[in-house]
Amino acid sequence: MWQFFVDMRHNPFLGTGLIAGGLASLACGVMGPYVITRRIVFLVGAIAHMAVGGLGAAVFVKAHYPDMFAWLRPIHGAMVAALLGAMIIGVVRHHSSERHDTLIGALWAVGMAFGLLLLKFTPGYQTDLLSYLFGNVVYVSWADVRLIALLDVIILAILLIYYKQLLGVCLDEQQAALQGINVFTVNIVLLSLVALTVICLIQIVGLILVLALLTLPAATAAHYAGRLPLMMAVSVVVSLVVTTLPRVGVYGTGISPEPAIVLAAGGVYLISVIGRGRLWRGKKGV
Amino acid sequence: MGDMELGQPVIEVEDVSFRYAERGDVLPVLEDVSLTVAANDFLGIIGPNGGGKTTLLKVILGLLCPQTGNVRVFGQTPRKARNRIGYVPQHAQIDFSVPANVMDMVLMGRLGHSQWGFRFSRTDREAVRRALHDTGSEDLAERPVHHLSGGQFNRVLIARALAAEAELLLLDEPKTGMDPEAEKGLTELLHRLNQRLPIVLVSHDIGFVSAHLKRVACLNRRITSHSAAELTSEAIAGVYHRHVQAVHHKEACPVTYLSREESSENA
Repeated sequence: MWQFFVDMRHNPFLGTGLIAGGLASLACGVMGPYVITRRIVFLVGAIAHMAVGGLGAAVFVKAHYPDMFAWLRPIHGAMVAALLGAMIIGVVRHHSSERHDTLIGALWAVGMAFGLLLLKFTPGYQTDLLSYLFGNVVYVSWADVRLIALLDVIILAILLIYYKQLLGVCLDEQQAALQGINVFTVNIVLLSLVALTVICLIQIVGLILVLALLTLPAATAAHYAGRLPLMMAVSVVVSLVVTTLPRVGVYGTGISPEPAIVLAAGGVYLISVIGRGRLWRGKKGV
Repeated sequence: MGDMELGQPVIEVEDVSFRYAERGDVLPVLEDVSLTVAANDFLGIIGPNGGGKTTLLKVILGLLCPQTGNVRVFGQTPRKARNRIGYVPQHAQIDFSVPANVMDMVLMGRLGHSQWGFRFSRTDREAVRRALHDTGSEDLAERPVHHLSGGQFNRVLIARALAAEAELLLLDEPKTGMDPEAEKGLTELLHRLNQRLPIVLVSHDIGFVSAHLKRVACLNRRITSHSAAELTSEAIAGVYHRHVQAVHHKEACPVTYLSREESSENA
């Protein structure tokens, strides 16, 4: 474990990995409480998997038009697809009379299938694609760190601007609407922020496991925090701990850090649930 | 009251019919309902469950659009007048999983005045403190929303409506979940509030129709109202399709005949 800090001196990727984890914790720590209190965990899964469609499209376009799209990286495609997915889901939830979970499940699967199909028609073996699906916290470039930092700034800025409206809509949608809040817009903003958070987390745990970091730290925080800002703070701290400690802990053991991060998040949550259960029984004196 | 001339009704409902078309309902919930509420009115609307009371409030709020008829609030369309109405719903759709205390919740009544940013201004906080004071719930300010009793919760909902600096209060079954003591407190609170703003109160429970009400209307799809002398148990039984024991308040509560003729006179 200490070898990690020794090796940090000559392996810059260890440092960038930790920084990326810390920056992503900020985004998922503040957005997680919205995801669990708004019960949009399923939507987050859909947005993350629809991002695969964007990955595929970016890789496909770049392979076929290398001159025009030399600058394009798969994560750019994922970001566009995630934002597009957030908009579609927001509109569908608001306007469609079809069962929402069915429609969103369909979007989830279709988005991913579309991406896989495009990848099939892309020449060459796409190695880095796996790192988008399952995360790659071992090789985080400074370009990735810069992207996550930029997304953090955007997410936090928009969150601060919309804080009151978001709280109003989360607490009581009908009352917020009566106060002149455009509930539809606020929901779209929320889903878009979640989509950007998903992009932040791709490098850390991958699209498939994004759900874990957007729910478990916030769900743990919900056990202790009575107000939203405090819940966000606790959730950021839990995210920081679970993205950093397992990374350092499994170093040199051959265990992949990405699943270790998710297992740690799950472990912290379970311990908190059990601990709270004991507390509760104790109070009742049973 | 702004640029409104004195004596102009606060609410004008004219020949309104409404049915839940998207639910596939054929029968209207409201049929030819006409109603006016004056600037210092305290109107009680009573009627059986499913009689259209909540629907009528939602039409006044502009949450539902009637198929026929016309609604004006403060001389404007309901949507435009909405931020001047304090609405206390029967089943407030508060999401108790959101970590918030009473202060947070009542501050949401200020959203119409302050939508952007993270912090509410001092003016907003003062309005909330006043509203909490007026409803006697200052001591609840720090309490988590999900730790309120039924009576406290209703007081906090009224505080939230007042915090918006509402010029009209609409209450839907405000006594739900209240014991007699809390109910008495609520009655006194509403009487006090009525000194400065008109109130429309909806209830299926005619026992709640208190001495403080200035007028009563009976709503069961249609408005069937009766003057004070006529508001007998037979008349109410007609609305409820069953026998009702007694109405204790009839001397203290003059009931105005609310009909299409009256509202067209006022308009």
